[in-house]
Amino acid sequence: MSFFEILTIIIPSTLLTAAPLIFTSLGGVFSERSGVVNIGLEGLMAVGAFTAAIATLGLEHAGLGDASPWLAIVIAAVAGGVFSLIHAVVSISFRADQTVSGVALNFLAAGLTIFLVKMIYDGKGQTPYITHNIDKINIPGLSKIPIIGPIFFQQVTYTSYLAILISLLVWFIIFKTPFGLRLRSVGEHPAAADTLGISVSKMRYIGVALSGVFGGIGGAVYLVTITSNYNVSTIAGQGFLALAALVFGKWHPIGAMGASMFFGFAQALSITGQQIPFLDRLPSVVMLTAPYVLTLIVLTGFVGRAEAPKADGIPYIKGQR
Amino acid sequence: MSRILKKINWMTLLIPVVSVILGLLCGAVIMLIIGYNPVLAYQSIVESIFLQPYYGGETIRAMIPLMLAGIAVAFAFRTGLFNIGVEGQLLVGWFASVACAICFDHLPKVILLPMSITAGGAAGALWGFIPGLLKARFKVHEVISTIMMNYIALYTTAYLIKNFLYTEGERTPTIPAAASLASTFLADLTQGSRLHWGFVVAIIAVFAMWFGLWKTTKGYELRAVGFSPDASKYAGMNVSRNIMLSLTFSGIFAGLGGAMEGLGTYQYMTINSAFTGIGFNGIAVALLGLNTPLGVVLSGALFAGLQTGGMTMQSEAGVPVELIQIIIALIIFFVGSGYVIKWAFGRLSRKGHK
Repeated sequence: MSFFEILTIIIPSTLLTAAPLIFTSLGGVFSERSGVVNIGLEGLMAVGAFTAAIATLGLEHAGLGDASPWLAIVIAAVAGGVFSLIHAVVSISFRADQTVSGVALNFLAAGLTIFLVKMIYDGKGQTPYITHNIDKINIPGLSKIPIIGPIFFQQVTYTSYLAILISLLVWFIIFKTPFGLRLRSVGEHPAAADTLGISVSKMRYIGVALSGVFGGIGGAVYLVTITSNYNVSTIAGQGFLALAALVFGKWHPIGAMGASMFFGFAQALSITGQQIPFLDRLPSVVMLTAPYVLTLIVLTGFVGRAEAPKADGIPYIKGQR
Repeated sequence: MSRILKKINWMTLLIPVVSVILGLLCGAVIMLIIGYNPVLAYQSIVESIFLQPYYGGETIRAMIPLMLAGIAVAFAFRTGLFNIGVEGQLLVGWFASVACAICFDHLPKVILLPMSITAGGAAGALWGFIPGLLKARFKVHEVISTIMMNYIALYTTAYLIKNFLYTEGERTPTIPAAASLASTFLADLTQGSRLHWGFVVAIIAVFAMWFGLWKTTKGYELRAVGFSPDASKYAGMNVSRNIMLSLTFSGIFAGLGGAMEGLGTYQYMTINSAFTGIGFNGIAVALLGLNTPLGVVLSGALFAGLQTGGMTMQSEAGVPVELIQIIIALIIFFVGSGYVIKWAFGRLSRKGHK
């Protein structure tokens, strides 16, 4: 197998697995930049994936055809946003430990989604398969470009490119707009932001809600492009992988996107590695654990310091120094 | 007796009790909305675990790893550390104990059983030590590093089983009887439940946590670091070493929890594609138990009872067992929001005085 052929397998596969991670880790960026640790990304993805499954099935039934999965992603975004408000209320208004709240959010999402699936489908632990997923396609025009076309634009989904574009948009929002500045200020020094008239709670609520929206989209994209049905093992670690990507990307939108891409690459290799010479001799466990091991190494500071926003994880109480 | 009663801070006790009640109430409301009978559901749970020996035995059996996981989390909490890595430490402990038992199957029980249990604890210790080292040496936040360690444990144990200890049914071979904690006596007593001698280990662990943290100098240091790292450092304590020590001990408890599953409940280890959930439940157990040894026992009993009774709830009242997970999640939310519960009660009692 030539190197070129290897790339035409690996790159599209990377793009496919990276897209949900990119969306979810961008959600994490919003939340943590505002100073709220979000361990609950996993649960938000589960809610997104569950909602997407139910919504797609419903919309298909209503005869919306190929538009169903796209609309389902939008509905899942709303569901994720609403669900994340639990985390917001508990950790911002009720001043609970944010890690505790996040852990509980994951619990609740896992329990609630399967509970509802059993309610809706008479005790069955999984939804039926959706028939209209977002398929891998050759992007018209671009896929005809020699060399680049087959590698980057054949057998890919639109969601992957959407994810990349949105990560650029998120970078712009966070670093180039007044809103972004306020969001970052309540995550770095809430007391100073408060003095300047910025409502710390409001900004943090927005941050967490956006993480819910993006986590919901991430879960939905995972469902409509990869798994096609929702069951107890649909979202098994994807959210934590996105969390790792967020840290690996040093709490930066573009970094998170790059890290997600890299983790997607590692996952793609662990799945398609068997087809590729040299890699077939490498145990798959190396690829599977690579994202986590590398994140640990990055955190130790050997590859440049990764620092969380200063007030990340600390509830803000007015008047307390 | 009255002196002891006076010593208890009723306000702190209030939060877990109110949380449990609120959690169960919310569960009842969910059941009502969907159209189940909550009274029947809760009744089936209580009746099964208290009146049927099998479910009683299974409840105690489920308590064993939950208590150990709870102690692991609580121990780290006391030093101001949040160990989300109990899940991973439990998995490596489970694997190491089973692997040890299978590899040395020719040894007599007096040697093999303690050795296998120790292997589980040691593996957990290693898995706890690494985040401890990263925190102490490189200031890596333990929440992130322990999550990473969880996944490394999940994939690594699955890989090791698949390649070195594989047998039909996606699992390791069954461990030799010489390493088993299972007991026909206990099984007969509880009409065939999987109750095993591991509860002795869990009780020893609870005692060890109490004694270690409250009756030794080192324990005092660990708690001091939890209260205030800066003050401890000023007092001449080695904060870094205490952090490593705390997470290592935490890992030992978690690893023992895994060993109990391997040597007691299952007698083998399956290739896990997802987490067991025991480690995460351990967080709930520790929080609800206010990070005290006795509290861990009580909340461990509650969660074990809910989970075991959840099975009968599903068969008798038709309520999906996932409802239990929802209730546990809500209880964690309520315990976490203790500030609001205190505030609400403060308001209510003030109104009462007027």
